[in-house]
Amino acid sequence: MRDNPYIALILVFVPFSLVSIGGGASIFAGMQHQSVDVHRWLTAREFIDLFALGRAAPGPGSMLVTLIGWKVAGLSGAFVATAALLVPSSVLCYVMARVWNAHRGKTWHKALENGLAPVGTGLILAGAIAILRLAGASAASWVVAGAAAVLLGLWPRLHPILLLAGGGLLFVLYRLALG
Amino acid sequence: MGQASGESSVANEGGPSAADPLPAPPRPVSLLRLFLVCFQIGLFSFGGGLSGWMYQEVVVRRRWMSEDEFLSGLALCQVMPGINVSNLVVYIGQRLHGALGSCVALVGLLVGPFFIVIGLVLVYERVAGVAWVQAAMDGVAAAAIGLLMFVGYKGARRSLHKVPAAAVMAAIIVAIGLLQWPLVPVVLVLAPVSVAFAWPRAGDA
Repeated sequence: MRDNPYIALILVFVPFSLVSIGGGASIFAGMQHQSVDVHRWLTAREFIDLFALGRAAPGPGSMLVTLIGWKVAGLSGAFVATAALLVPSSVLCYVMARVWNAHRGKTWHKALENGLAPVGTGLILAGAIAILRLAGASAASWVVAGAAAVLLGLWPRLHPILLLAGGGLLFVLYRLALG
Repeated sequence: MGQASGESSVANEGGPSAADPLPAPPRPVSLLRLFLVCFQIGLFSFGGGLSGWMYQEVVVRRRWMSEDEFLSGLALCQVMPGINVSNLVVYIGQRLHGALGSCVALVGLLVGPFFIVIGLVLVYERVAGVAWVQAAMDGVAAAAIGLLMFVGYKGARRSLHKVPAAAVMAAIIVAIGLLQWPLVPVVLVLAPVSVAFAWPRAGDA
């Protein structure tokens, strides 16, 4: 029973679903730790590749979870992992959406909003650090990541796919230049 | 002949009317329409930024919700656990069609990306050995991290002028990003602390 891959996926992703404050990006650090170090579903290299694929594909960046499930147990694994990450938080959100409209402007409403915002921000930045470490911490990774962030700061409406393609292209050219 | 009257009836401008203080009750929106809008956004949006598109569709183009309704929902979805945009479609679906609306919107958003991302990994596995493909994936990943850093930067700028918020943010970065402590217990401890600090502040406002 302990080796059932579906149960393992559910046990990993349901808790992440319920703490992913600030969006899917906030749990990348935890997903990396669980799937690479703890369960050894993926190598560090594979995790980086799946992360990049998830980001290059349409839809939420968190489709990474679908790919981890796919690696563990094929199509049914992909479905189980995706559902494990999405269903608990969606049910919670549904309940909150109903309560929310009835209590707009109340103190607890604002306290939750103000109190959880820095938690989400911290989680997103921790996730960026965790993935940069995995990426081999090559100087080129830091430069491209920093440049992409700065470009977005200058032109917030810049299409993300341009940045992703630009990063990929730069790395290919860099590799070719090295021979 | 230049009139082309009726062409813009979808927008329902209603020129002279001022902003309505009361949120308009949601008009009946068919489940199929809701599904198709979410499906389209899921399929054609790359690398985040889905919330901005959702705003264009739901508030500006189709007027399913008032701006206030949408924005307060957006804040809720960012505060709640879960992927922001999937929470957002749950919220929109709930507002328009109750529980069924939430389910339809969520499935609509995810069904396209689900199969596309698997298709991508199948293609990728065939070419994974090629050196320049590896380099390209590293470059895409690095740029994607840049997107995350930009979101983090915007959030940090909001938090930095409040000491408790900045401390919570820094503690999370150190504990999870640097020390690699497990994420779930760290959040379970720090989130209530952060909300407790925010409580009197919220009362003042």
